[in-house]
Amino acid sequence: MSPLLQVKNVTKKYGGLTANNAISFDVAQNEILSVIGPNGAGKSTLFKMIASFTPTTSGEVIYQGERISNLKPHIVARKGVVRTFQETTIFKSMTVRESVVVAQHLRAKASLAGYFWRSKTAKEDVTAFEKYADELLEFLGMSEISNEQASNLPQGSLRALGIAIGLATDPKVLLLDEPFAGMNHDETMNMVNLVRSVRDERGVTVMLVEHDMPAVMNISDRIVVLNFGEKIAEGTPSEIQNNEKVIEAYLGSVDDEIGM
Amino acid sequence: MLGFTSKQLIGVGIFLFMIFIGVPMIIGATGRWDFYFTLTSVALLAIASAGVWLTFYIGRINIGQGAFALIGAYVSAILVVKAGWSFWISLPAAGLFAAIVAILIGLPILRLRGVYFAMITLVLTQVVTLTALALPITNGAKGISNIPLPSGVSLFGIPILPDFAGMENTKMAFYYTACIIMILTYAALYRLVNSRLGHLCRSMQQNEELASSIGVNISYIRIVIFAVSSFFGGLGGAMFGSIAQSVYPSSFQVADSVNFMLNCFLGGLGYVFGPMLGTLVLYFGWDLLFEFGKYQMLIYSTILILIIRFLPNGLLSIRIGKGGDK
Repeated sequence: MSPLLQVKNVTKKYGGLTANNAISFDVAQNEILSVIGPNGAGKSTLFKMIASFTPTTSGEVIYQGERISNLKPHIVARKGVVRTFQETTIFKSMTVRESVVVAQHLRAKASLAGYFWRSKTAKEDVTAFEKYADELLEFLGMSEISNEQASNLPQGSLRALGIAIGLATDPKVLLLDEPFAGMNHDETMNMVNLVRSVRDERGVTVMLVEHDMPAVMNISDRIVVLNFGEKIAEGTPSEIQNNEKVIEAYLGSVDDEIGM
Repeated sequence: MLGFTSKQLIGVGIFLFMIFIGVPMIIGATGRWDFYFTLTSVALLAIASAGVWLTFYIGRINIGQGAFALIGAYVSAILVVKAGWSFWISLPAAGLFAAIVAILIGLPILRLRGVYFAMITLVLTQVVTLTALALPITNGAKGISNIPLPSGVSLFGIPILPDFAGMENTKMAFYYTACIIMILTYAALYRLVNSRLGHLCRSMQQNEELASSIGVNISYIRIVIFAVSSFFGGLGGAMFGSIAQSVYPSSFQVADSVNFMLNCFLGGLGYVFGPMLGTLVLYFGWDLLFEFGKYQMLIYSTILILIIRFLPNGLLSIRIGKGGDK
């Protein structure tokens, strides 16, 4: 089976700095793939390029046989590749439910003019959006906070809200930007289960950038490791744990330690 | 009915009664006919302010509405005086022309945010003023004067709109016309804000990046909103030119653009009907302070600063949920 999403020789240069150098890997349908690496390894840049929030310098991202790099972000989102952000990027003065309703924009059948004149399709859309929002919030265990203003939510709920907004667009591939950052062990475990159920029950392929190694090892089917903009390893969690290059990247090489 | 609560309907009813029956009765009783002109001005400025409010709604500070009002005034004046069009056709044409100009200008500048966008729009009014001075069709500094009063319109022999020139009391006719256009503007604005487009605008106002990640074509919506906003500006300007029966490059200046923005601040950026109230209060506030002579500006600006300091959400934030306000 051909891969759902392919990253092909993707390079990003900012002036003289190479943030990503000829990165290639495939993402299979229904897998959870993590991108890890030390700070400054180019993980976030890679994510931005996949979601077309920034153009690639060279190379391309192929989704279902179609090139999606260097398009506008909303077009990539329409195709089904949707990214979430870290917790500060939310609709602050909307309630949880309002955010999830707005995020279903892509599911709208009526035109904008139809909404202005309140056509029948537009009314049906609104009802469907609200119904799906309630369903989704229940699925994510957020029904209780659905009428809370987003700016009043604690960090853990904000992360979940980010995922809810992403899921509301009905994505095929969801890119999660550090979903476990700043969470304690229990919160992380809840989130791990949540992400897994997103894949299992909604059929969404998940890619995530993360620093929390235990969580990454727990959740990932496969892992791609970046260091200084280069891909240094790719494989299952156990393969990655035993990969010398990876250990070196994280711990420094033996030579470094003794100063030779 | 129409998704309004009964409370809102009563509010709208009282409002309509006041402007269409109450005000003319009061003016008739007191004999202050000059109030018609003042209130007509308020209505027209409120139309232009509604446009500015709409650009605020996508998170852009617009200090350039004077430019579009001036464009509207000139387009209508030129169509009526030089091309011999009926004023009533020139009115939407003026709005459309302003909207087209807004699309052309908006394409490059709407990428800017915050203070950068505000600065560019601040320049626009001056640019249009200078263009009006330079172009032959606008008659330079002499402007266009002697614009005829709107003529009547009849369809299949049935008069739809009266001939203003044949009227004894054009002030009152202009007052009614301006109020009707203002009500249509705000009704459209209310519908827009409460439709999906309005929700998408809100999402963009709060976070453009996130909005684009959920598939919102943010550049398209920005252009649409800026065009609608400028359409209102052109409409208000064209009406103004017709009432004054003249247009000059100085008819709308940078100060007017700033006032349009202040009207929105004062009334409340969170309320559709904010700019309407803001325009009324600001316009009358300035006039009422006239007695203070040279201290007029000082007192006026102090009050404005205090209002913005203590009522950052505008005057309407004092009385949420009453009348037809959102």
